[in-house]
Amino acid sequence: MSFPWAKNYEPVNPVMKFMDEKLPLPRLVYNAVGAGYPVPRNLSYWWNFGVLAGICLVLQIVTGVVLAMHYAANSGIAFDSVEHIMRDVNWGWLLRYMHANGASFFFLVIYIHIFRGFFYSSYKAPREMIWLLGVVIFLLTMATAFMGYVLPWGQMSFWGAKVITGLFSAIPLVGEPIQVWLLGGFAPDNAALNRFFSLHFMLPFVILGVVILHIWALHIPGSSNPTGVEVKQESDTVPFHPYYTAKDGFGLGVFLLIYFMYVFFFPNALGHPDNYIEANPLSTPAHIVPEWYFYPFYAILRAFTFDFIIPAKLWGVLAMFSAILVWFFLPWLDKSPVRSGHYRPMFRKFFWFGLIPCMAVLFYCGGAPAEEPYVMISQIATAYYFLHFLVILPIISSVERPEPLPFSITEAVLGSDDSAVIEPAAKAAE
Amino acid sequence: MASTGTADAHEAATEDGVRRRDFIEIAAVSAAGVGGLAALIPLISQMAPSADVLAESSTELDISTLEEGQSIKAVFRKQPVFVRHLTPAEIQAANDVDVSSLRDPQTLEERTEDGHHNILVVMGVCTHLGCVPLGAAEGENKGEYGGYFCPCHGSSYDTAARIRKGPAPKNLEVPTYEFTTDTTIVIG
Amino acid sequence: MIRLVGILVGLGFTFVVLLTFGVGAYTAATDPATETAENVFHLHPKEDVHYSFEGPVGHWDIAQLQRGYKVYSEVCSACHSLKQVAFRDLAALGYSEAQIKAEAASKRVPGVDPNTGEAASRPALPTDYMPSPYPNAVAASAANGGKIPPDLSLMTKARHEGTHYVYSLLTGFQEPPAALAEEFPDFTIPNGGHYNPYFASLVIGMAPPLTTEGQVTYDDGTVPTVDQMSQDVSAFLTWTAEPKLVKRKQTGWPVLGFLLFATILAWFAKKSVWANAKRRED
Repeated sequence: MSFPWAKNYEPVNPVMKFMDEKLPLPRLVYNAVGAGYPVPRNLSYWWNFGVLAGICLVLQIVTGVVLAMHYAANSGIAFDSVEHIMRDVNWGWLLRYMHANGASFFFLVIYIHIFRGFFYSSYKAPREMIWLLGVVIFLLTMATAFMGYVLPWGQMSFWGAKVITGLFSAIPLVGEPIQVWLLGGFAPDNAALNRFFSLHFMLPFVILGVVILHIWALHIPGSSNPTGVEVKQESDTVPFHPYYTAKDGFGLGVFLLIYFMYVFFFPNALGHPDNYIEANPLSTPAHIVPEWYFYPFYAILRAFTFDFIIPAKLWGVLAMFSAILVWFFLPWLDKSPVRSGHYRPMFRKFFWFGLIPCMAVLFYCGGAPAEEPYVMISQIATAYYFLHFLVILPIISSVERPEPLPFSITEAVLGSDDSAVIEPAAKAAE
Repeated sequence: MASTGTADAHEAATEDGVRRRDFIEIAAVSAAGVGGLAALIPLISQMAPSADVLAESSTELDISTLEEGQSIKAVFRKQPVFVRHLTPAEIQAANDVDVSSLRDPQTLEERTEDGHHNILVVMGVCTHLGCVPLGAAEGENKGEYGGYFCPCHGSSYDTAARIRKGPAPKNLEVPTYEFTTDTTIVIG
Repeated sequence: MIRLVGILVGLGFTFVVLLTFGVGAYTAATDPATETAENVFHLHPKEDVHYSFEGPVGHWDIAQLQRGYKVYSEVCSACHSLKQVAFRDLAALGYSEAQIKAEAASKRVPGVDPNTGEAASRPALPTDYMPSPYPNAVAASAANGGKIPPDLSLMTKARHEGTHYVYSLLTGFQEPPAALAEEFPDFTIPNGGHYNPYFASLVIGMAPPLTTEGQVTYDDGTVPTVDQMSQDVSAFLTWTAEPKLVKRKQTGWPVLGFLLFATILAWFAKKSVWANAKRRED
């Protein structure tokens, strides 16, 4: 579907006409990310991060496929094969640093994209499906990143694999057999490494498939916008191309500048030194942490230290998975008729002074050692996290009085909209 | 005069403005193209041999124990090399051939080093499709011309390892090598 | 309905995590965690030495790397392997092909007897990797009181502030401070251990390896003080950990420069495209 004023694809030359008749791929692209897709004219730079996430995925697939040409998924030589890439393969150091830092920047972009969605309630009707698919993409990306981190077979790789598969051992009765089944052994070794490599190679293409569904679902209602007011008329929109291709191009430039600054000058700043020590099943590093993008969830996992009815370990695992599963229910937990945080005074305060500091604390504590005061601080933040999504959002959406919305996007941009006057008059005349 | 000048300047500015805008957009798209092409450099060159592979591209051989009529098989760049100490009969046979009648005309002299014309060093890789020809080891089929015989598609090489019969287009390749001493060859 | 269930689940998690907070706070108040000697006396690496490869335009000091290699091969290599580095890599330190060949030939690596096929040793070739001082981990452990001397190839990347860490460790051997014995009377240095505040557990199995001036003879006339040798070997181990470090930084500048240029162009292109939209509304 599209808006009635969307431009129609007109093949200009015989080749394109031929293509359009036999396989209308150019038409699909034209309608998806070309001049045929009308987009609200008031999108801010926060709306750049969807396209950036897609570019990150492509970047990871391209560098990943190339690295797989040199990497050996065998616990005896995996570590050395990564060093072989770093030392002997032409440009191998660049490709590996691009892939490793690419994972971090992918998550950075995804987090901004998700929190954009939180603030502007992008999950609300009619965009629930886009949101649900987005959460699925996030879960798949986390799984892919975790398995990718195991591949260099350093100390953090090994102990990360052991600890994360150990989460499953929290499940009563079947937990430990499940862990052994996941690893294909009693500790991570060749069997685990090989299956993680296979899945790490395959999952990005699954992600790509879900991304296509995510974009498809997006094109049913069209993009949301910072006012949260739906598109009413042609003057509310501009065609995606050239307006947003130009804006995304500029955003991409800024992104690549920051990304390559890390790749070339701080390539290991986001990693952990222990992963430059080859995996040693007999010695655990003093302070094991996952990659930074898992910190908030790792903090939630570690926040539960007391056996209340069920073991603390199971509470931690339940809470960690629930922390993400909660996002699936957001469209139905938050019933406010207004989408944008700009017009929701209470929601806005809880977002900026509740959720954002809470996430910042969880990020910080997840990377800190499992000592006081970090555990106690992350317990408070964990409590707020669940309160925010499950208690505060449902309640404020009923009690809050939203601020007046603009009549249309056109009015929000230009300060006035002729149809705002004409339409009610016409309605009155009926 | 002055008023005309202003009008002209105004006209030029508008035209120039349009042109400058187009120019910037074209320049931005071109820059993206250049960046994309530059990104291909590492992606393509990573497939070329890595430093450790290139480092192994020289092989040192001791031939002091190589008797007349014997061959040794060595490895150069993960491919076989045949080093044969030719017998006088083999040298004679090679020199008897009319060079102009050959598919790939070369004399034995051209294919060996000065002072060591009885030591023939060739890659054990058939020039047809890369199989390893027989004939280097004792008792192997040497083919019709007493040199090497490739079992894959039936190419026969003579005692100077020149192609004589079968589909192969060229003589067995002589790698670059040198005698560092009378009994030591360095290939590559 | 979803909201009701959500509120209940949310309150449930909140209750449990606050309960566990309460228990934790009570434990912390009644039974405060005791400080350990490692927490109090462990020191972060000294960062007062500046190396040529640091900073955005860093470059290798070839002479220093050569000196560092000499320290490694005459001192460290007695116990520590360097298995990611091949002799051919020494070309980056300015050695000629002939020098590398001679250097390799002076070391023996495991091989096979070409006639009997039995295990033997042969002179190393440039393509060989630096030989390990011990045939296997068990031998390394047995020869060093149960502690395996770690491979040094990646040491400076495997520790925070790695280059400074190696230097600090090498120059950090000392008598335990008197305050340590006062505060932690139980703290003892086991037999064969050496006090070093830069080592995570304060006690390291390695005896001070660089102890006297002139322990290594430098060919370039640099005075081989303990401090100088420690700096040189730290620099060398930075190179072994990341031989492409300087090339990386050198490649970085043109890439960032081009991206800056392209981004500025993209900014003006975006402005000019959006100028059309604004005018259409006039």
